[in-house]
Amino acid sequence: MCSLALFPPPPPPGAVTLCEFNNALLCGRRGEPLPLDFQSLLAALPALTLPEDGLKGPGRPESGAQPFLHHREALWKRVLCAWRDGGLCGLLKEIVSAEEEGLQWAKTALSCVLTACRWLSSLHGSILPHLSLTSEDMIAAFSQAVDWAGCSVRAFAWHPHTSKFAVALLDDSVRVYNSSSATIPSLKHRLQRNVAAVAWKPLCASILAVACQSCVLVWHLDPTSLSTRPSSGCAQVLSYPGHSPVTSLAWAPSGKLLLSASPVDTAMLVWDVSTENCVQLQWFGGGGVTFLAWSPDGSKVLAATPSAVFKVWEAQMWTCEKWPTIKGRCQTGCWSPDGSRLLFTVLGESVIYSLSFSEYRGDMQGQVGGSKTASIVADLSETTFEMPYGEERIGGAVQSMVWDPTGERLAVIIRGDPSAVETQTVVAVFRIRNSPVFELLPCGFLRGEQSAEPQLIAFHPCFEKGALLTVCWSTGTISHIPFFFLSSRVPYGSPGRSPAVVTASSSVREQPLFSEL
Amino acid sequence: MEAAAAGRQRALLRQVLGWRLAAAVAWSVLLLPVCTAAFVLLSGVQPLRPLRWLSDSFDDLCTSHVIFCILLMSVVILVISVFNAEFYAVVPSIPCSRLALIGKIIHPQQVIHSVAHAVMGMLVAWCAAVMTKGRFQFLAVPCTISESLDDAVPQMCLNEYHLFFLLSGAFMGYCYSLLYLINNMNYLPFPIIQQYKYLRFRRSLPLLIKHSCVESLYSVRNFCVAYYFFGYIPKMWISTTMDLRIDSKLHPLDTLSGLLDLSLFYHAWLCGVFLLVTWYIAWLFFKIYATETHRFPVQPTFAEETDQCLPKILNSNPPLIIKFLALQDLMLLSQYSPVRRQEVFSLSQPGGHPHNWTAISRECLSLLTDLTQRLIAQQEAAAANGRAKQQVGEMKVSPQTPGAAGAEDIPFQLQSSPALNCKAGILDLSSPWHGKVQSPLIVRRGPKLWTSGSGLQMNGSHHESFPVLSVARVGSEAVQPSFIYTWLQNKQEQIKNFLSRRVLIMYFFSKHPEASIQAVFSDAQMHIWALEGLSHLVAASFTEDQFGVVQTTLPAILNTLLTLQEVVDRHFKLPHVSSKPPRSSGSLVDTSYKTLRFALRASLKTALYRITTVFGEHLNAVQVSTEHKKRLQQFLEYKE
Repeated sequence: MCSLALFPPPPPPGAVTLCEFNNALLCGRRGEPLPLDFQSLLAALPALTLPEDGLKGPGRPESGAQPFLHHREALWKRVLCAWRDGGLCGLLKEIVSAEEEGLQWAKTALSCVLTACRWLSSLHGSILPHLSLTSEDMIAAFSQAVDWAGCSVRAFAWHPHTSKFAVALLDDSVRVYNSSSATIPSLKHRLQRNVAAVAWKPLCASILAVACQSCVLVWHLDPTSLSTRPSSGCAQVLSYPGHSPVTSLAWAPSGKLLLSASPVDTAMLVWDVSTENCVQLQWFGGGGVTFLAWSPDGSKVLAATPSAVFKVWEAQMWTCEKWPTIKGRCQTGCWSPDGSRLLFTVLGESVIYSLSFSEYRGDMQGQVGGSKTASIVADLSETTFEMPYGEERIGGAVQSMVWDPTGERLAVIIRGDPSAVETQTVVAVFRIRNSPVFELLPCGFLRGEQSAEPQLIAFHPCFEKGALLTVCWSTGTISHIPFFFLSSRVPYGSPGRSPAVVTASSSVREQPLFSEL
Repeated sequence: MEAAAAGRQRALLRQVLGWRLAAAVAWSVLLLPVCTAAFVLLSGVQPLRPLRWLSDSFDDLCTSHVIFCILLMSVVILVISVFNAEFYAVVPSIPCSRLALIGKIIHPQQVIHSVAHAVMGMLVAWCAAVMTKGRFQFLAVPCTISESLDDAVPQMCLNEYHLFFLLSGAFMGYCYSLLYLINNMNYLPFPIIQQYKYLRFRRSLPLLIKHSCVESLYSVRNFCVAYYFFGYIPKMWISTTMDLRIDSKLHPLDTLSGLLDLSLFYHAWLCGVFLLVTWYIAWLFFKIYATETHRFPVQPTFAEETDQCLPKILNSNPPLIIKFLALQDLMLLSQYSPVRRQEVFSLSQPGGHPHNWTAISRECLSLLTDLTQRLIAQQEAAAANGRAKQQVGEMKVSPQTPGAAGAEDIPFQLQSSPALNCKAGILDLSSPWHGKVQSPLIVRRGPKLWTSGSGLQMNGSHHESFPVLSVARVGSEAVQPSFIYTWLQNKQEQIKNFLSRRVLIMYFFSKHPEASIQAVFSDAQMHIWALEGLSHLVAASFTEDQFGVVQTTLPAILNTLLTLQEVVDRHFKLPHVSSKPPRSSGSLVDTSYKTLRFALRASLKTALYRITTVFGEHLNAVQVSTEHKKRLQQFLEYKE
């Protein structure tokens, strides 16, 4: 089992991690050229800074209750508005607080109903506490970003086939950067508020799904267009009553279906985007779905819930198996490229669990085939590094975790304990060894600029010389850190992946796992 | 020979669909007692005495007449299921004008359907009345005709409540049949994801109940109105034929105050809900069972199985449902099952021919080429509509398309495919150039204007136009139109022109452009599966195809897909064609056939990308025309 104590000490402050080369992380000043002729590989990738003050604050319509000038609308208008904003409770509140005359008996009756409603919702909230959050707090709590509410970058996604990525910003716009084109489309839509996730459709040039507060928007961008403001007519709106806020999206690797999840809705929705038809996958218990991850081979889907249980759906007959966790909800998870192993973390525990699955053959319809218990593969509890300039404390719970397409590097955002002052949020990178047993080996910590904390991480889907990690920092900087190594396996989505490696790794799966829990 | 083939196909249909139908009927009959119990419970509701209510309901359930009713209704369910099985369609028929819809309603087949459903509805209502008991139970009740209290003669009177129940049941049955037709409920939509039958049923059940409740409410309301106006007719008729008196003490029901009876309304509504729920359950089970996947073997293990294996079925001309199931199976095997894919790529044992792959790819390609040709024909029709003074010679289709060679067959195709009858509907009767055209191009299209069930074919123009059609086709440039022919054309145009100015006629004949487009793509589900199956197989062949059997067909596949892509792109640029799917309502009524063209466009693009992503630069070595090469390059660069 790997622990943080085995890691090389973090780079000194002031140095920025540039790349991994010859099995070691190299540091230097920002913008320093890379040691070899690899520089050309990165030249085309847009590294940029999106400072927070450059973005206008979210310009959204005020709620009907607080107009600019104090002006009372007619009662029915306010009631309609309250119904739209706050549902039944909002409507009752509005009527009870109305100042109009001649409604005394109605007000008395409705205030009783309101009390009953509150009591019921507090009862409901005591069972599923997340339901009492407002939708913005809920997104902030379940988003993969470290500081969703405060940072200028809220969501990030690489296109699965080309060097193109989408960034969702604090001002509710989504920008698309392309290495081969100078135009930067900026997507804005009336319904695009509080973006929690973005996802590109696989096997497609330019279709982007955006998880918003009230719906899922699917943008159809023309890759050859030079327009920087695509009209909102390019967006399909996928909404379903009771399915908001949407916090996670996952496209099927075959590009046919889109999954969307909301912490409020017990069902996750399977969308056939082209026809806007959806199928509900109902699974009561857990109280909602917070995070989705579709395995790269398309056979399984991880669905985390707000309570201490998570599910793995099998994506052919759509049956699921559930795994209760001991302590808290499943915060994040990622799949190995062949879909045979799931790494996940649990809120409140500073370890990485691994769950292995039997090889997917397609003929065993309706079986997920997961092993009974998960094993711990890494311990990330707090460790103190003695440095010449003082000591650094690193460790804690995991916020998000990504696995590169070759299956050889794992990047993890470790969030420090918020109560302790000294600990910091860092990105730790592991090497992965598949034989003789599955193992995580330490690689190192990544350091950004001074006072920059990592916010989001993502691997480039088809980097040729190894892996390329993109880190969005809390300062609004987006930087790319390459890991140069020779992979025994070509990225899953790219041409020429060899089947021989898959069979080699399948033999590993028969090995017994770690027995400790 | 042909009879034998037909017999084989019928046997296949029976083998594949027979047990499914049986299982569907069995399940809907098994659920009948549950529905009945719920009905008895709700019909005897006594909110003030709950214990009494429960015990009464339980006692009622075990009585002999309830059991008899259940048996009778099982028969009804059986009949309904037979109708479901007879009327189902995997390709919906979409009426393009109001007249076509009326034509469908008065079609003898539909009339039989409606009458049978009305009778069944009456039977269910009778059962409901018997189970409800109270004042609804019997048609004839003893009553006293009271001249004076002393010589009260016991006599039989007509129980109008019972009659109301029976008629409302018949009305519901008829409404069900009508909505079944209008909403295309005989269409079998295949689900977008595979799920177990129980889960599919559970998912649809709440929708089903809600839909039945609302539907029943509307039906009862309409029936009350109808009864208010016409209720006296059946009442008089029954009372005279059965020699029943009408109780003058009771309030007649065909008055306003009589109909404002809340208990009567509730019971009629409940009876309607009961009827609709049981029938919809039968319908739902049939739908779920019929669209379930069927696994066809790729390679026969025994000699007698040869007819049932996938390549054979795809290449023969089986009933449409079998073809759909086979294509669905192809899509699933190509996506999920490496073992079965291996069988597709395998060579025949003596000889070493890739028979399986050849048969499958040939069928998929011919399906897609068919669609390409159909779309070209439709675009040509639409384009001609825009340009009035077009010459025949100018009407050209892009030269490299395989459809170009078959340009002369297009009129035949139009005539032969029923779904396409209204494709020329884009030709608008009221468009300004209508009166003054002489071009043979328009002439040729003339008769098609009247094909969608229009009664005007009787006026003679239809008979004359067939020779015209052949004349125009055989020698479109050489043969000068004869005098009689021109005169006839003039007359025809005049008649059309005259008719098109009449508002009422326009109301019935005007064709909805959206409906005509839907009709063109009504069987697109087949093409979507063919695309998915082919592209997954080709993508898998990159690593799994040991003998390189796929390579030989790769240029043909790429050609077909790229041509189709061009044509589909062009189709979505036509006027009248909306670029976004309409909102689906999320109700029980499935409208997925309306959006098939969007699904086709998306899966076509995905299929092309699937192939280019896997093969990458290797595709440059494949022999395709330069234009297609350019297109492929765009796909390789993710710029399409």
